[in-house]
This record gives sequence, C-alpha cells and structure tokens, in this order.
Amino acid sequence: MTTRTVAIGSSVGLHARPAAIFVQAVNDAGVPVTISKPGGTPSPANSMLAIMSLGAKHGDMVELGCDAPNADAVLAGLVALLERDLDAE
Amino acid sequence: MGTVVQGIGVSAGAAYAPVVIVGDRVLPPADEQVLAHDVAADRIRDAFAEVATEIDGRAELASDGAAPILKATAMLARDPGLIEGAIAHAESYGPATAIERATQGYVDKFIELGGYFAERATDLKDVGARAVAAVLGEPAPGVPTLDGECVLVARDLAPSETATLDRTKVVGIVTEEGGRTSHTAILAAQMAIPAAVKVSGCLEFAEGTMVLVDGDTGQVHVEPEGELVAQLQQRAARRTAALEGSTGPGATKDGKRVALLANIGGIADAEKAGAADVEGVGLFRTEFVFLNSKEAPTVEEQAEIYRKVFAPFGDRRVVVRTLDAGADKPLAFADLGREENPALGRRGLRLSAERPDLLDSQLEALAIAAHDTGADVRVMAPMVALVEEAAWFARRVRENGLKKVGIMIEVPGAALRAGHVMEEVDFGSLGTNDLAQYTMAADRMQGELADLLDPWQPALLDLIGAACDGAAKNGKPMGVCGESGGDPLLALVLTGLGVSSLSMAPSKVPMVRFSLSQHSFADCQRLAALARGARTAHEAREAVLNAVAPSVAAVL
Repeated sequence: MTTRTVAIGSSVGLHARPAAIFVQAVNDAGVPVTISKPGGTPSPANSMLAIMSLGAKHGDMVELGCDAPNADAVLAGLVALLERDLDAE
Repeated sequence: MGTVVQGIGVSAGAAYAPVVIVGDRVLPPADEQVLAHDVAADRIRDAFAEVATEIDGRAELASDGAAPILKATAMLARDPGLIEGAIAHAESYGPATAIERATQGYVDKFIELGGYFAERATDLKDVGARAVAAVLGEPAPGVPTLDGECVLVARDLAPSETATLDRTKVVGIVTEEGGRTSHTAILAAQMAIPAAVKVSGCLEFAEGTMVLVDGDTGQVHVEPEGELVAQLQQRAARRTAALEGSTGPGATKDGKRVALLANIGGIADAEKAGAADVEGVGLFRTEFVFLNSKEAPTVEEQAEIYRKVFAPFGDRRVVVRTLDAGADKPLAFADLGREENPALGRRGLRLSAERPDLLDSQLEALAIAAHDTGADVRVMAPMVALVEEAAWFARRVRENGLKKVGIMIEVPGAALRAGHVMEEVDFGSLGTNDLAQYTMAADRMQGELADLLDPWQPALLDLIGAACDGAAKNGKPMGVCGESGGDPLLALVLTGLGVSSLSMAPSKVPMVRFSLSQHSFADCQRLAALARGARTAHEAREAVLNAVAPSVAAVL
C-alpha cells in the first residue's frame, strides 16, 4: 500500500463542492483509493459520505492510500488536487 | 359499504378523496439471521440500487425545485462508502440490520458535525429506511409519489413528512395513532388540512377506497353515500359564506374584546401569520432556535432570528415563551442527564433556573430585537408553579429592559394559586395541553389516554376558571394558548370563564371569530356555567352545543 499525506487546501474544507470534485477525480483514476484522517480507519475515497464525514477543514491533514501498480502517479495527482483551493475554482 | 369509523377530529373541514396509505417504517427483525457473505452483499447492493432507481424516478416527475434534492438523495443511495459499510456490517449481522447500522453510523457523524450536515441526516435516514424495507421485501416507508388528490392514511406522520406535504394533493389526513396535541394534529391544523387521528383500523383501508374525512367530528366514512358527501359539502359552503364577513379584531356580539392571536414556532410561521388577519402572536415557541445547535447560540445570533420573527407583526403584540426544553427535548449544550419522568422533571423554567446564563442571553437578545423592530414584545416563562419562581423570572425579564412579563399557567398548583402568582407579573397564559396532562395525570404523548386529555373535562375547566379568577383579582389579563383556544365552542366557554385572548393555529381564527361574534358576553358566561355544571366531558360539550346560537350550530 502506497500512502501520501496532504493538507487540505480548500478554504471551506473538504465538503460539498470540493468533495464532489475529488470524488470525480478518484472515479476518473479508475483504481481503488482510500482516505482517512492520519491514523484513522481508511474509507473508500469514491464515497461522498465517507469524505464528508471526515469533517476535514482547511489545513487538516488527510492520508490517501492506493494498492494499484500506478499508485504513485494516481496519488500524486490526487494530492495536487487536494492542495488547491477547489472551492475558489 | 357506508361504514363509519370514529376518531378524534383535529383539523376542521371535510375531505372526500381516495385513500393513499403511507408505508410504516420497517424495522430489521430482532432475530435477523446472518447470511453467507456473498449472498448478503448481493442483497444489500440490490436493495440500494432499487432505492436509488425509485428516487431517480421521482426526480423525473418532480418540480424544478425538488428534482435536484431528489437527485442528490439518489446519490446517497449509490454511495460506495454506505454500501460497502453495510456489506462490512453483514459479516456479523443480518442484511437489514447491517444497512441500518451503516446508515446510523453516518447519520450520527452528520448530526455531530451539525449545520449543513445535520440537515442532510434526514435524507440519509430516509435512504436507510427505504433500503431496509427493500432488503426485507417490504413496501417502501413514507409518503409515496402522489398523482392526484388523496386522503393520506398513516400510523402517524413524521414531522419531516408532514412539513413537506403537497397541499394541492393531500386534501385530508387520517392516522391510526396520535392525539389532539400530537405533531400531526398541530401541523394539519396549521396547514388547514382536514384531519382525524386515533382512527382505529384505518391502516386496513384498501388503497384507492373513497373516504370522507370529517375533521370536525373525527368521523371517517368509508365509501359514503352520495347524500352524505353532498351534506358535508353544503356545510363547507355554508361555512365559507358565514366566514366571509368574519374579519378584524375578535369580540363578542356586545363588543367585549377577545384578542385572536397566532401560535408560531419559527420564521416561516411568523411570515405566514404576519400576513394573516390576526392581532399578533399569543405563543412564539423559541425551541427551534436552540434544538439543532451544538453550542448555545450567541446573543447576536438569537437577536437576528428574533428580528425576523417580530418584523412581520409591525406594532402588533408578540408573546414569546422562553426556552422550554428538558429531558424529552434535550439540548446538546444543556443536558442535565436522563430523567425518569421528563414531563415532571427539570424542564421549562426549571431548566432556566439551573442554567440562568441561557435565559439571560435569550432575554438580552429579545430586548435587542424588540428595540430594533419596535414590536410589542411580551415575554413569558413555561412551567411556573410557585410565587417565588414567578418573582424570580419577572425580575430577570425587567432587568433586561423588557417591559411586559408573564407566566404560562400549565401546572395545576399555579392555576389554583393564581391570585398570588399573578401578583408578580403582568399577564398569564393558560397552556391547556400541559394543564390537561398535569390535571388528569395523563401523558400527552399517549394516544390511548385521549379521553382523559379531552379539553372539555370539567376538572380542567374548573382549573381554568380558578386561574381566571386569580388573574381578575389582580386586574391582570389571562389568555389561552393551547389547542382548546382554537375550538369555536370551547372559545365561548373560555371567554365566559374570563379569558381575554385566544391563541391558535391561524387557520382556526376565522371560525372562532365568527362564533364569538354571534354571542354576547352574558351568553358566554351562561355557556361556561353549563359546561362546568356537566358531569363528564361529553356532557359538557353536548350541553354547550345544544345552547349555542343557531347560526353557529349550522356551520359546525
């Protein structure tokens, strides 16, 4: 399992619109990805419910995990996405 | 053919339409078997897929406003986190229990997060309940898609279901459970939908059967004769004609004023009632300001809400009841722990005594909003029993610069000793629903005890009489803000007992106004004496009904 930790860049945190954009990106990647608060139980990252119930605010850390052969590339793309202020875009 | 079922009429008027049954909430069986994991996983996936498809189908038919909400709800039913969560629970539980647990897990988290999330929790619960029913092969719970006028028949309606009813399609409501002051009753009256509750056996009505609901008598006629339908329709026409001229302030035929006021519970109610022909608000329930927040709302947050509630009433009066919470309506930030008997515990003013900081911030916010809007704001405390409590509350209200202070009379002890309790304050307001519950030692929430809670019980009328006498001794006005104030017959009795304002669902005002206008104050006193002279609640109502003006009897 490859993991990456990233601080949420969206000013409103990871819910509503930013969460929807992120879920879309996970679905586009086409491989299973998990998300959790550092040390928490990983949940499927293509679940709006799981993501929103993390309650991750601006600046909070989240951990992404992936087992796919191309995990490094997939996670790099998702990390870059989460670092942006998706709500402002 | 032509059978009649007797229930309790809670919202006046008649409705004639086919039955639509509202499915019961389906609970997972307590002894549900754990299935082989792949079987369970398939069933759970199928159940959620069925729910998602059904909701999508409704979205296609829905109005532009409702469609996006339904589409978002369908998304919840397709959420991999929810589905996989349920499948994980199916390792140790049966599939329906697993769905319920997974849903509840997210619901709890959403409520904890509050705000926007808490609002979504209701939709999520609905999705979970539908998936539980689907996995068990039971009909979907809740109000189905309506394609025309109908009478809704349910065990009881959830607040969220009642609030979102399509008034153009739902012409009548019949429930198996509930009581005079249950949630369904209050909302049906608010929305002016004829309704009967406690109609036993109504869930056995076949879907599509024509029924005639008489919200006045509480009778439900199954496949009624055409003649009866015509009769009730004529009554409705007579009523409309009689009420046409019924406008303006309330008064008896000989000009004794009885203020006709609205009961409200939020900003939307205030806007509706503010536009109606009422003389102000007799009961503004402030619980909604507090119930859904995780932390105590600040003075400024509260003032902003109160300004919006007061503004629609201009210089008309708004009687505000301070926070009435307790063990049955617990607050996240003022939980005093579980109580054996919440109705008899630390609720109302007793909670305020425990947490005076909450009362003070509410009074401060009310004073600010009263000042900003120029509204005639009067503040009253719930659950006052003692002279000392009335004095304590009055001092706090006046210290905050609010001019008029009152108390609710809902504890029999306060009603009996009103002569002394009322010395401390400017006005009283009888909460007849709670007064009945405490007088007859009968839980308001127990539908089975409806007879004990009948507002015509002579013992209750005696206590109301005692409270009015005590107020009169002090030259202070006494009002009524319970459901009985909205009954056109009881309103006459209450006026005769000395009540000078009646607060009710705004839809009930025209009928009460008409009834008062047809009787002199002396008539009302005579009717009150008849009611108090009766031995039973039934005899009290009959005696009054037989003695009212023919113009009123004709439209009842």
